[in-house]
Amino acid sequence: MNGMTAFFRDSTVQIAFWGLVKIVVILFVMLGVVAYLTFFERKIAGHIQSRPGPNLVGPWGLFQPLADILKLFLKEEFIPDRANKILFHVAPILAVAPALTSFAVVPIGPDFIVTDVNVGLLVFLAMSSLGVYALTLAGWSSNNKYALLGGLRSAAQMVSYELALGLSTIGVILLAGSLSLVDIVHAQSGAFTLGPLALPRWFVFTQPVAFVIFLVCAFAETNRAPFDLPEGESELVGGFHTEYSSMKWAMFFLGEYMNMLTISSITVTLFLGGWNGPWLPDSLKFLWFFGKLFALIFLFMWVRWTFPRLRYDQLMAFGWKVLLPIALLNVLATGTAVYWVGNR
Amino acid sequence: MITVLFVAFAAILVVSSLLVILHRSPVTSALFLVLAFCSLAAIYLLLHAEFIGLVQVVVYAGAIMVLFLFVIMYLNLGQDVESGATVVLRRGLGWLLGAALVAEGALLLAGRLAPGPAAPPALAAAAGAGNTQQIGLLLYSRYLFPFEITSIILLVAMIGVIVIARGLREAAPAEPAAASAPAGAAAPDDAPGEDA
Repeated sequence: MNGMTAFFRDSTVQIAFWGLVKIVVILFVMLGVVAYLTFFERKIAGHIQSRPGPNLVGPWGLFQPLADILKLFLKEEFIPDRANKILFHVAPILAVAPALTSFAVVPIGPDFIVTDVNVGLLVFLAMSSLGVYALTLAGWSSNNKYALLGGLRSAAQMVSYELALGLSTIGVILLAGSLSLVDIVHAQSGAFTLGPLALPRWFVFTQPVAFVIFLVCAFAETNRAPFDLPEGESELVGGFHTEYSSMKWAMFFLGEYMNMLTISSITVTLFLGGWNGPWLPDSLKFLWFFGKLFALIFLFMWVRWTFPRLRYDQLMAFGWKVLLPIALLNVLATGTAVYWVGNR
Repeated sequence: MITVLFVAFAAILVVSSLLVILHRSPVTSALFLVLAFCSLAAIYLLLHAEFIGLVQVVVYAGAIMVLFLFVIMYLNLGQDVESGATVVLRRGLGWLLGAALVAEGALLLAGRLAPGPAAPPALAAAAGAGNTQQIGLLLYSRYLFPFEITSIILLVAMIGVIVIARGLREAAPAEPAAASAPAGAAAPDDAPGEDA
């Protein structure tokens, strides 16, 4: 018994234990949130298209996600003949795991973060760059030409937009002087004041160009409209997930929504001040974080249901010839400004 | 704990590296290379080189290997075909170079001829907060010349790719459809230069 107590008092064990507790909490909260995000997406889509959306299962259709999950569990699992069996199983896992992993470095509140890594932003970039494999491998292992085309499109698209995404964060890193997301949030506390007017010190105001580039790349990285070419159903049937059914298909769906949550959280952290906000005490500051997060997710859904899909060559030209040069210019301008302010 | 993790990741690294060269399917080989890069990144993390470890994942596993896979899938490469130089010549060269590499490694290990101390005191002290800054300072002062040479080499490679793609386009001016295809295929090819 004494051995047990000593074991639990050990600091390494404590860190591991509380880390695990936080991971489990975040996992289950995210699963619940994602289930209801699908509901909100359908409601918002319904509103935009002047129809009610799901409204029959439960009051206001609130139990619709539960019915959907039950249906997905009961559907027949189908694996195409001559598919690469191992990769066909691995791809859906790869769709969800990176998004969950990068959530570990997001500071949700002043005291709530799974782990403060000194290169937290790089953890996010690394995980989002690994997310490409899910779509590419799903497309290739299905042994289906439409799936393969979807997978190839996703590989080209995500690698192209990752460059601009990474470069747009450099402005923020230069201003914050750190790669740790906690430090970046702290660098955005306080406000610029001019008499009675006050503007929060969020990086969206000091780095507006980087914010726009990051947001556009975020749409592209999550493969949502107007950048949903990997699954463009009018030309590729279902794109990379054509051959997937039942819970494996649901994993891709889950991955898309989790990626949306993760990339929105990072946008809030980098540009919208994270949990910074007036009035609330420190213990409730996480409400600011969630408020900003859901405003951004609403923007994601709004864009998806109101913009048409880009053509493939437009997509590539926009990424390489517009976003990348602007992101590079932004790095140059920010660097010059930081140097000038520092040496004045 | 660190030792256990190190042994585990080192074992994954060795096994996946071997499978890269032993497996016949190009896609599987490429994926084992990704696994090797990721376990190498984990070993960097265990050494408190967080920046290097994660850049390893972003650049090699996340960008370059994706383009490798892209090309393998684009060309729809099947099993490894034995062609080109004779098998005997390739095997002989392989064994020769492999033996040289092993001998070199053994020599370095036996004589402890590491290029510097295993953990420079300045870096070890900065491990907690700022080894990203330390890398930046070293890269832009002591190692500036090799750093710039590397970037010029990458620039040359990028220009070379563009010249080759342009050449293909001019060779077939009569067919606009065929002309745009090689240019489109070449676009991802010049990306590794940008990434690295």
